[in-house]
Amino acid sequence: MATSAVSHADQIPSVYAEKRGIWSWITTVDHKRIGILYGATAFTFFLMGGIEALLIRWQLARPDNTFVTPEFYNELFTMHGTTMIFLAVMPLSATFFNYFIPLQLGARDVAFPRLNAFSYWVFLLGGLWLNSSFLFHAAPNAGWFGYANLTSTQYSPGLNIDFWMIGLQILGVSSLAAAVNFFTTVVNLRAKGMKLMRMPMFTWMSFITQVLLLLAFPVITVALILLMFDRFFGTHFYIPAAGGDPILWQHLFWIFGHPEVYILILPAFGIVSEVLPVFSRKPLFGYAAMVFSGIFIAFLGFGVWAHHMFATGMGPIADTMFSMTTMLIAIPTGVKIFNWLGTAAGGSLQMKTPMYFSLAFIAMFIIGGLSGVMHASPPADLQQTDSYFIVAHIHYVLFGGSIFALTSGAYYWWPKMFGRMLNETIGKVHFWLMFIAFNLTFFPMHFVGLHGMPRRVYTYPAGLGFETMNMLETAGAFLLALSQAVFIYNIIKAWRGPRNAPADPWNGATLEWATTSPPQEFNFAVEPEVHSRDPLWERKRQEGRLPEPQRVSGQGIHMPRPSFWPLLTATGVAGIFISMMMIPYLGWWFVVAMVLWFLFSVFNWVFEPV
Amino acid sequence: MSDHSHTLEAHTATGFDSRKVAIWTFIGSECMFFAALIGTYLVYHGKSLSGPTAGETLEIPLVTIGTAVLLASSFFVVLALNGAQRGDRRALVTWLSATVFCGLGFVGMQIYEFSHFVHEGLTIKTNMFGATFYTLTGFHGTHVSIGVLWLATLLILAIRGKITPDKALNLEIAALYWHFVDVVWVVIFPVVYLMKDWKP
Amino acid sequence: MDAHVIEAEGHSHPGPAVYVKIAFVLFLVTALEVAAYELSHRGGTSEAVIGPILIPVLLVLSAIKFALVAMYYMHLKQDHKLFTGLFVFPLIIAGVIAIALMTLISYHLHYNLGQV
Repeated sequence: MATSAVSHADQIPSVYAEKRGIWSWITTVDHKRIGILYGATAFTFFLMGGIEALLIRWQLARPDNTFVTPEFYNELFTMHGTTMIFLAVMPLSATFFNYFIPLQLGARDVAFPRLNAFSYWVFLLGGLWLNSSFLFHAAPNAGWFGYANLTSTQYSPGLNIDFWMIGLQILGVSSLAAAVNFFTTVVNLRAKGMKLMRMPMFTWMSFITQVLLLLAFPVITVALILLMFDRFFGTHFYIPAAGGDPILWQHLFWIFGHPEVYILILPAFGIVSEVLPVFSRKPLFGYAAMVFSGIFIAFLGFGVWAHHMFATGMGPIADTMFSMTTMLIAIPTGVKIFNWLGTAAGGSLQMKTPMYFSLAFIAMFIIGGLSGVMHASPPADLQQTDSYFIVAHIHYVLFGGSIFALTSGAYYWWPKMFGRMLNETIGKVHFWLMFIAFNLTFFPMHFVGLHGMPRRVYTYPAGLGFETMNMLETAGAFLLALSQAVFIYNIIKAWRGPRNAPADPWNGATLEWATTSPPQEFNFAVEPEVHSRDPLWERKRQEGRLPEPQRVSGQGIHMPRPSFWPLLTATGVAGIFISMMMIPYLGWWFVVAMVLWFLFSVFNWVFEPV
Repeated sequence: MSDHSHTLEAHTATGFDSRKVAIWTFIGSECMFFAALIGTYLVYHGKSLSGPTAGETLEIPLVTIGTAVLLASSFFVVLALNGAQRGDRRALVTWLSATVFCGLGFVGMQIYEFSHFVHEGLTIKTNMFGATFYTLTGFHGTHVSIGVLWLATLLILAIRGKITPDKALNLEIAALYWHFVDVVWVVIFPVVYLMKDWKP
Repeated sequence: MDAHVIEAEGHSHPGPAVYVKIAFVLFLVTALEVAAYELSHRGGTSEAVIGPILIPVLLVLSAIKFALVAMYYMHLKQDHKLFTGLFVFPLIIAGVIAIALMTLISYHLHYNLGQV
């Protein structure tokens, strides 16, 4: 049983004082530590994806460039997309799910702490495996969406697609396990009095995201299984010559893929819905409408997938239906935009860095949404699809949307996670550089796309009018990289400074601000009870300014024991999938061995005393 | 199974054990998994360009017995759970053994069926029917095998007297998984076997 | 042996008798499914009558079995509606998507690829 060290009034011990060293991180089952692990790993992958982007932009800066080979270019844009979606944005969201869902619910941890650790280790192993493909000069190269039958052994004979398939399957296990965990946590571990309609909006949107994960990931699992069987066992699911249909891949992929983009944006919506009220000193406008619009977006998100396939000849009825559902989904999104504006309007705006990023999010996401609704028209999309117009849309919603919101969340929650404030001035420099650079990079893509520049091409000829825009976009990309350097500088500067952030630097409304900064392992000395939304604002209305929470000994609070079985089981899961890639070299014995290793780890996990 | 009954929360917001919520959540997710596999099977039904078709290959009698065995196993595990909840160890062990036995029987039937078909010239590579049939029923069979392993582990614990009424939830969770696997077969049996001659 | 009974979820369980009855019904319905199949292949009047409706009949019968196992063996009837929701919602999404997938692809195979 773990108990916190007894604190003395004259010492403020590091919250992790009782647990130090690598072993404590390897065996941690604490949601806060796991959140930090996710964050550090995800940010590293984000930078790697960024470098891939810079290489792409350098290649495209001039026409007929030969900076990279066409083959390597294919690897670059494939890995850029795959990395940013699966290894950056999703786990960055997971950072905040992990750290803040239990805190916002008033809980001590998630429902299944060891499963939580397992999810992280599987993610890490999957991401490492995917990127190790570069070492074999066989990085995935058929796009992040891997259309069949380019991905067949006939047209992709190397290991590239194998790395991609196996990597994504491993990552899928991580996401599914985490989704079961967080779903159960929200259903079951809410504090006394916290009805669903009193939950903070970040937790609500994250909750809906878990439902999307649970229902969408199995479909891509099947799509990848069929691809794996085609590549490894000689089936013909996607091979036209034998009766298979590459369109099946597209359907299965996008049945996953469209909910996936809502998985990428809903947590961001949640973060903005936290930041705007706090920095407007006003409750969120239209809480219920925000909840129901989120639910409606998720539900409808399962009905729009074939808008990615308007150019495949589905026929007028299918085109019309998916066009209508896609336009329909703009409505609940619009509701959210108006409610955010309604939150800020008439508020006492605190123009701090988190607020800058959240306000910019609204503007950038609107732009992304406008181009999105343009793609919803099949005839218009026939021109736009596979052009840079789509690339513009994607980046306005995923970077201008998700990344801006995640950055807002980072600045907002940094003091809580690390006990240190990020510097305001440097934060504003970061913001303006990022905002200007982002628009410089991606706004011209709207024009160059409509002028006919296709996606996923490693170069373009001179004289088509693409040169200036591409040069601007490349300049913007490098400025974006500079903005990240400013961010990293801010982080390092804060790390070197004292750990003196207050519990509640922003006058927050939700329960996480009632803990110390950072919280002690058990989060709350006494499990909270809530009576309304914005529980902390309610307490402040009743009690006035709240005193700084004190560290306590935590005696009598039973926390789960650390364990290394989640890590070992994760190696088993990754091992099973990787061993399938090795069948031509190591035979089926290695698969059997990995299955046995996995079972051994699971049994130890299950029978371990807690 | 390790005892979670007094870990973090003595109570939960719903009043239900988190593991029960979790298994149902997982089962919901698995519905999508099997829907995609069954959808793929149906999309390609009758589309093989050559080789044995479903109509020619599949045989109803053996599989009907397998269906009955799997349904019986669901019945037996319900009785086993009932025994566990009442503290009746003899009933628990008897009925849980019957469940595991039936599960093994079903897997055995499938292995026999698969090897029979391979012998007759239908492999996973042969044609679209081979690919979709082996993939769908193979993944179902894998789920059954995992269930058998899970229940067998609980059986060993039950024999050792470790499944007392307060631990019955562990069996309930495994039983829910087992019933789900049975219910997927309830769909596969008519869709794959009884509709084998359907010309789309 | 400790005779103290702990109700897992605080509600009454039907006795074994109900489960036996359900088992019988499940076997009966399975027999009906196989009978429908056999009759649709026997030629003559039975094939003419059952043949065209075989698929709906099978779907209805299997749905009955599905519902019985879910409601009674998986205990959904006695349990809190939350669990029914956790099961039924994904089932509906899964069903709708499977049907949409089959419709779209069979249209594609027929009109675009010229397959029958």
